[in-house]
Amino acid sequence: MSETQTAYVPVDKIKIRRRPTASIAVIGNPNSGKSTLFNRLTGLRQTTGNYPGVTVEKHSGILQLSESALELVDLPGIYCLGGFSADERIAVDLLLGRIAGTRQPDGLLIVLDATHLYQGLYLLQQLMEMELPMVVAMTMTDVATSAGIDISIEVLQRHLGGIPIYPVVATTGRGLDTLKEALESISDAPAPSIPESWPELSSTADSLVNHAANTLTRIDMIQALLHPESQQAETLDQQLGAGPVEEIREKLFGDEPPQACEARHRYRWVHNVLRESQHRAPLIERFGARGLRWMNRPWPATLMFFAVMALVFQAVFSWATPMMEGIDQGATWLAEQAGSLLPAGALSSFITDGVIAGVGSVIVFLPQILILFLFIIVLEDSGFLARAAFLMDRIMRTVGLSGQSVIPMLSSFACAVPAIMATRVIPDRRDRIATILAAPFMTCSARLPVYALLIAAFVPDTSVGWFNLQGLVLLGLYLLGIAGGLVTAWLLKRSALRGPKPHFALALPEFRWPNLQTVLIKLLERARVFLKRAGTVIFLVAIIVWGLAYFPRSAEVDSTLQAAIQQAESSYTGDQLAVEIRELENKAAADQLEQSYLGRAGKSIEPVFTPLGWDWRVSAAVIAGFPAREVVVAVMGTIYAVGEDAEEASLAGKLRSATWPDGRPIFTVPMVLGLLLFYAWCLQCAATIATIRRETNSWRWPLFAWTYMTIIGYVGALLIYQLGSLL
Amino acid sequence: MTLKELNPGQSARIEAVDARQPGVVRLMVLGLIEGVEVQYENSAIGGDPMEVSVHGTAISVRRQQAGSFRISPISTNV
Repeated sequence: MSETQTAYVPVDKIKIRRRPTASIAVIGNPNSGKSTLFNRLTGLRQTTGNYPGVTVEKHSGILQLSESALELVDLPGIYCLGGFSADERIAVDLLLGRIAGTRQPDGLLIVLDATHLYQGLYLLQQLMEMELPMVVAMTMTDVATSAGIDISIEVLQRHLGGIPIYPVVATTGRGLDTLKEALESISDAPAPSIPESWPELSSTADSLVNHAANTLTRIDMIQALLHPESQQAETLDQQLGAGPVEEIREKLFGDEPPQACEARHRYRWVHNVLRESQHRAPLIERFGARGLRWMNRPWPATLMFFAVMALVFQAVFSWATPMMEGIDQGATWLAEQAGSLLPAGALSSFITDGVIAGVGSVIVFLPQILILFLFIIVLEDSGFLARAAFLMDRIMRTVGLSGQSVIPMLSSFACAVPAIMATRVIPDRRDRIATILAAPFMTCSARLPVYALLIAAFVPDTSVGWFNLQGLVLLGLYLLGIAGGLVTAWLLKRSALRGPKPHFALALPEFRWPNLQTVLIKLLERARVFLKRAGTVIFLVAIIVWGLAYFPRSAEVDSTLQAAIQQAESSYTGDQLAVEIRELENKAAADQLEQSYLGRAGKSIEPVFTPLGWDWRVSAAVIAGFPAREVVVAVMGTIYAVGEDAEEASLAGKLRSATWPDGRPIFTVPMVLGLLLFYAWCLQCAATIATIRRETNSWRWPLFAWTYMTIIGYVGALLIYQLGSLL
Repeated sequence: MTLKELNPGQSARIEAVDARQPGVVRLMVLGLIEGVEVQYENSAIGGDPMEVSVHGTAISVRRQQAGSFRISPISTNV
């Protein structure tokens, strides 16, 4: 029977996962379809990590080809190698292999948007001076055709020194196979001859490179001449002396900024190339286009912006409810099953009160968080956020920032961490830091669980006019966060971060339907991050809190309970007895909790929070929430599962029935409003603090942000509770 | 006449750019240089910033910077 069986599998069905042999940087303008192409080529095999030793995150994926595999590194979308913003400096440093611990990419995949060749060819020209092997993918060719843009690839190729150009439609995958073939042999591609757009600069760079003392490469020399503040410029100054270098610059650029001269020379060249290689048919205005144009008028566009944001917040609350109830019921059912299967005692309590109640109460919010992220991703990919930046520039000016800060602030509604990283497009460091410190005030998805829990428990589900009262309270909390962020930015720009008024220059992408695959990949990534947090940090905190709430067990409480039950058995029978026993058990559970480690710790910090109307349980939950604010819901879930009325299945119900020892309810309206305000303003997120540290490269700003936000959160909650209780 | 004085919907050719004014270089890097044709498409409320298109790309330009671009209008009723 042990006959060897041989299975025959057709060769082309075998999927071989090869190790990448070369690293290719993917680079292009913002909104050029670069991410869509990157996702198409690498699929789900993407990783986001850090470059060793530096503060730049590396987004890369593996592209499997028929003979080999390549590592594709996604660079930020940029317009020039100018070093205006942190994003641009990162891209330049990466392309030049200046980041320690990484080598220069072996080749470039340049993404050229067929509908925006003008800006695309500007960057392409700068990239060609890198003298790296390169392949150009021309995206949006379908959009270009329907917009009446006719491009002659041969003519373009001739102007670009024979650089290989492959038209692709990243959304449908057309042209990808040819592009992959070209990437397979990218290192054999002949180096294209660099187009001559500025002979004076080239010849000056050439003669300086051949200078005896020179250590700079040609591209570094060009960078040194164009950017007097760069590292290369410093090297050049050391080699030749600052005076002679200044003379050379003056001869090349006169009294104008070098980059202005660069723009003139390069765009003149681009202009000439486009005249020969591209024909634009006169635009025939279609019905849709006219509608879009009308909506882009100042007032309709601004009203649309607010309408869309209002819709997002209503949707986050109302669409998610059925799914959340489903998950909630699932968790309750699971806890009941576990409770009935396991013998009563520590293990049963650990599983039901610790694991299921703790982690479950956070997982419940997955639908809400995903809906929120879905909206933010769609708004970003459709070009809506860039439009918002344009419309809101005027308002941002009043607090000393520009429209450029709007995109990070809006994406902060999903999560402050990617938002803080998105501030890299802001050119001025002071403006960037002010935006970074304003971003954590925006209501992020981790605040939603806390808001949602407290609102569902204490705000009546009634309508006010067209709106739901719960939705209005949520909207108020969002506005509170926005106000906190803007006032903070205004104060900072007036004091520590005083500087010249920021400028605002931004290319506005046209409205575009987002690509489903790109949206899904981003959404899956967010879901993964959230579930990973629930499975690790929150799981751990829930277990620790359960342990602290469960131990030590008091034998005295137990024996008192047993005695009381015996007494009850002698005086009651039937249903009445069961009710009596349950009440005694609840009281015993509460007594156990009160003398547990958590109970004692909570009591010792209670005086700090008593002026805010918080009892020791809320205080303990808030303290536990400092590493990650959504933990507070898990902790409350655990605390109230261990020590409260078992009749109330939902956490909201348990909060409503929680009382002080003298029977007054703990969660009064002023207390809940204060607690909400505390959550709106307090910086309870270790990930945000770490990101601020990384992006500002110092501990000063994260420490300042934490202290400042904690103080105003506390004072705000104190004022609301004290004033509210007087009424 | 500068870009600032253009009316919505009007086109113009950029004649000269004063690159030494703050914030202008960034706009030049986006393609607003001498010789190109631009169109004033839209604006935010209050006319600032302006949305100016060049070679099919819309660019946001604040009025303050728009004053550094000298233009000659192109009549649109040709």
